[in-house]
Amino acid sequence: MSEKAMNGASSRPPASAGLRQWLKKNLFSTWYDLLLTILAILFLYVVIRGIVTWVFTVADWSPIINSLKLFAVGLYPVEEIWRIGTILAIVSLLAGFSWGVWGGIVRTFAVAMGAGFILIASLPFDLYPSNADPLDLMLRLGFLLLPALILIGLLLGRKLRLPGRWILILWLLSFLLAMVLLTGIQGSAALPKVETTLWGGLLLTFLLAIVGIVASFPIGVLLALGRQSSLPVVKLFCTLFIEVVRGVPLVTILFMASIILPLFLPEQIRIDRVLRAMLGMTLFAAAYMAENVRGGLQAIPAGQYEAAKAVGFNNVQTTVYIVLPQALRAVIPAIVGQFIALFMDTTLAIIVGLMELLAVGKAVLQSNQEWLLLDKEVYLFVAVLFWVFTYSMSYASRRLEVALGVGER
Amino acid sequence: MSEEQRSDVGDDIIVCRDVEKWFDDFHVLRGISITIRRGEVVVICGPSGSGKSTFIRTINRLEEHQKGDIIVDGIELSNDMRNIAAIRSEIGMVFQSFNLFPHLTVTQNITLAPMRVRKWPKAKAETSARALLDRVGIPEQADKYPGQLSGGQQQRVAIARALAMEPKIMLFDEPTSALDPEMIKEVLDVMRELAHSGMTMIVVTHEMGFAKEVCDRIVFFDDGQIVEQAPPDEFFANPREERTKLFLSQILTH
Repeated sequence: MSEKAMNGASSRPPASAGLRQWLKKNLFSTWYDLLLTILAILFLYVVIRGIVTWVFTVADWSPIINSLKLFAVGLYPVEEIWRIGTILAIVSLLAGFSWGVWGGIVRTFAVAMGAGFILIASLPFDLYPSNADPLDLMLRLGFLLLPALILIGLLLGRKLRLPGRWILILWLLSFLLAMVLLTGIQGSAALPKVETTLWGGLLLTFLLAIVGIVASFPIGVLLALGRQSSLPVVKLFCTLFIEVVRGVPLVTILFMASIILPLFLPEQIRIDRVLRAMLGMTLFAAAYMAENVRGGLQAIPAGQYEAAKAVGFNNVQTTVYIVLPQALRAVIPAIVGQFIALFMDTTLAIIVGLMELLAVGKAVLQSNQEWLLLDKEVYLFVAVLFWVFTYSMSYASRRLEVALGVGER
Repeated sequence: MSEEQRSDVGDDIIVCRDVEKWFDDFHVLRGISITIRRGEVVVICGPSGSGKSTFIRTINRLEEHQKGDIIVDGIELSNDMRNIAAIRSEIGMVFQSFNLFPHLTVTQNITLAPMRVRKWPKAKAETSARALLDRVGIPEQADKYPGQLSGGQQQRVAIARALAMEPKIMLFDEPTSALDPEMIKEVLDVMRELAHSGMTMIVVTHEMGFAKEVCDRIVFFDDGQIVEQAPPDEFFANPREERTKLFLSQILTH
């Protein structure tokens, strides 16, 4: 880049000539541009003024302020909430750690996470109204502790400099640990079992999305490879699975997973209903993932396979070292788009009776006579929450594309 | 078939007997028989569509032949995967369109196969990669990606990548055809040095200057058959077959 700048320095005319030029060129260059600009400004003024006045004067946010715990974790027992705190602490530590090792995108996210925690800690109303003050104070202190953990993780990460593979393993291990913490152990005194029927809110939405994303990705890649396989049975099975699942709406799959599946299974085998929803969503997402990955596989030129064979790679080595890295890179936008869709599809779990974010919103509205008409506020809140997370995902996707785009042809 | 006896070449390393191949109904190779000795540099030329590229691709089994035998360094090419893997690791190949791995740096392109196929430790593979990049004249490009290099540089990386496996034979499939004229020389220089080092080479090319100067034997392909083969001075001075004369008049007078 510096070379380019140096080469261009001698003769290149100035690229931009300040704000005034920009305004003239883009907003006021002709009389109809001027007209459109003025109309657009008027429109934006009216809309934004309307929204701002509504948000700050008309709207009544009491259903949300009084149900923060429900939105966060659903009916998860208050005395067991320390488990979720522990999970948040581990996640913060790992996020800081990854920032220390990887930098880049992770930094932006770790910082955003820390800022989010501080924001929660400084909310100007009780975090858990129906309880005594010590709990509220503890929660706030807890949320203030999390950014500190991020920083500790950062220092550790900079010091240890573990290879990236280890961090992925640590994340996976921490996920398993989190699942054990959340469910608890049957008959244990220190860690009693918490029924999944009590899970809800953001916690459940996140769990459904993370399990769906993490599990559907490898399954989807395998299905895509299977569909390209030269073994007829594998190919037939994968094609059949993909086409059948893609031809059925997610709602139907969730219904089948939660209502019809238990009818076929013997009495003794009862799969938890959150697990069933996770299974349904994973299989659904895997089929779409497979088609996305297949698109990437087909974009790999034949010369790459030939070069890989010519240096002595077998089929597995060719796939792992040459084909998949290029194929996946090519379809990052499609894959992340699908992750975003999956995240929003978690709301469909409402129809099989799971208390995810949207279901909590609905339940909160009906929980109090005075709140029944406050649906605008509640649904707007849920929508904004979803937007924050989905936008983060698409932002991460763009950063990832840039980071991995080096050396692309 | 009379073959040159030269003092600087050794035993037979590639033996092809009556090799035939079809693409569906199209008969690409019609009974190719040729023997190549260790250390020999053979240039294959001929009009496009004559089967010369297909032929060298059968030698490392990028294309399957349907009849006849191909024996490379004592191993017969059959459908046995172990034989194919063993033979491929002895043969380096350089392609017309380079086929570097775009997601890997130059060094990673060169070290990947030695590390994964030969199971070399990383340090050994990287030392060897540096030596090879010196040899092909681009040590300063080690950490760049293929997309950041010129065509000539990419082709030299491709040669280094093939050499990294320490092959006994190098196949070149029109290595300079995709290059701008000013870059052809830098690639040919590397190939010339390689030929002088005693590597067995089979080169499909239209670079007749390179053929005249470097190779031991020119093989002329047409219509899936070997029409004529001779040492370069004889080949250019006294072509025996009409088709060879026609081809030479076309490529030498344009």
